[in-house]
Formats: sequence, C-alpha cells, structure tokens
Amino acid sequence: MDDDQVFKALADPTRRHLLDRLFERDGRTLTELESELEMTRFGVMKHLRVLEEAGLVVTRRDGREKLHYLNPVPIRLIHDRWIDKYTEHRVAALADLKHGLEDTA
Amino acid sequence: MTTMTALTTQVYSVFIRATPEQIWDAITKPEFTEQYFYGARIEVKGGRRFSNIGGTEWDEEVLEAEPPSKLVHRFVAAYDPDMAAEDASRVTWEIEPQEGGVTKLTVVHDQLESAPKTAESVAGGWMYILSGLKTLLETGKPLAG
Repeated sequence: MDDDQVFKALADPTRRHLLDRLFERDGRTLTELESELEMTRFGVMKHLRVLEEAGLVVTRRDGREKLHYLNPVPIRLIHDRWIDKYTEHRVAALADLKHGLEDTA
Repeated sequence: MTTMTALTTQVYSVFIRATPEQIWDAITKPEFTEQYFYGARIEVKGGRRFSNIGGTEWDEEVLEAEPPSKLVHRFVAAYDPDMAAEDASRVTWEIEPQEGGVTKLTVVHDQLESAPKTAESVAGGWMYILSGLKTLLETGKPLAG
C-alpha cells in the first residue's frame, strides 16, 4: 500500500465517480453500484479492485452480500503528507478564492 | 461529511509498518493514545475501556478482547453532551499481520442507528486518529500541528 497506488486509483474519472457514489451512500453491493454506471459488471468489478488494492475501498461480508465501503484514510494520509506539511495555508486561501469566485458567478 | 446519508456502519482501514503487538499497545494504553487520540488517555483493562479527555472521564464495556488481533467495545461520545445522550454504538478493531512487516488495522464503527449525531461527528475523527496512529508508530512522533 503506497501513495503511488492511491494516486493511480484516483487518476480515473470512473473510479472517482465510484468513490463519490459511496460517499453519498456507503456500504453498497456491486449490483447497486453497477446500476448507476454505464458499464459492464466486469468493468465495475475491475475498477473496484483497483480501488480496493489502493485501500480506498474496503469490503465487508454481511450475510450473503459483499458490501463496499469508502475508506477515506489513504486520502487523509496524502493530505497529511503533502498538503499539511507544505502548503495548507496557501491552498486554503486559493480554495476560498475559487469558491468565492464560483459562488458569485 | 454532511452529505453522507448512510453512516450507520463506517469502515476505516490503514496499513501500518508495525507489529500487531505494537498496534495493540497503541490502542489500549494511555501513554500512546494521548499522542494521537485527541489527547485522550484511554486504557483497556478488566473488561472496560476507560477514557479521560481533558478531565472528562467515562468508561465503556469491552465486548471482546483477543490481544493482539481483535478488540470490540461499546462507544459513547461522553465528551459532548448532545452525543452522550445518544445510544451506545460499537467499535471493532481488527489487527491483521500482512507480508513484509506491515499490519492492517481496520476500524468498524457500527450500531450507529440510534446515534446520528455521533455518526456524523466521528466520520472525520477516525481518519485523523488512524493517520495519527500510523505516524506515531512509524516515526515515533505525533502528527505535527
């Protein structure tokens, strides 16, 4: 488990979309996730596997079902490693500026 | 995390370069917990999990303790009056050794159906705690800031 795997997993719009779906409602089955994507079951499985290998998704068995949970810890670790250390204040200022400009647009 | 709707079971996982015994000590002994758990002194002994955060003291029932691989306990957010009034939830710590001197730590916080405020509040907290625990065990120092 390293940062490379996390960055690679995040470098794909479908996988980010899957994380967003889990953020909205956590603990979902493959079938539920598949129904929200224009993609084959096999394709969704492949993306979920990449997310799981990067530690961004954790699966738990609940009876006969395999539920997928968003695990935000690797993103937090990247935040602590890359954002906190160098640039949090500057990044926060720029993020505020971006939000401010976008809200007024 | 205000947009999350299904918070009744939360799962957090982290890989730590440490032994299961080191992780067990770090989650059951106050001299470790105070360095990454929001300053809380937490001790697991005699079937209870005792906490002290800034002078607020309380304890929770330990449901299962198998050192160094599994700890299950009730969870009450006694540090906040609104959350303290909610029903107790449950926290499971699973410690699994992997190849190459790495150990996987998984925290499952569930039975939160009757504790919505607690569920909302702990979501960010567990991330911070696990990140801090990893840093402490791997570097010997708490997270900066």
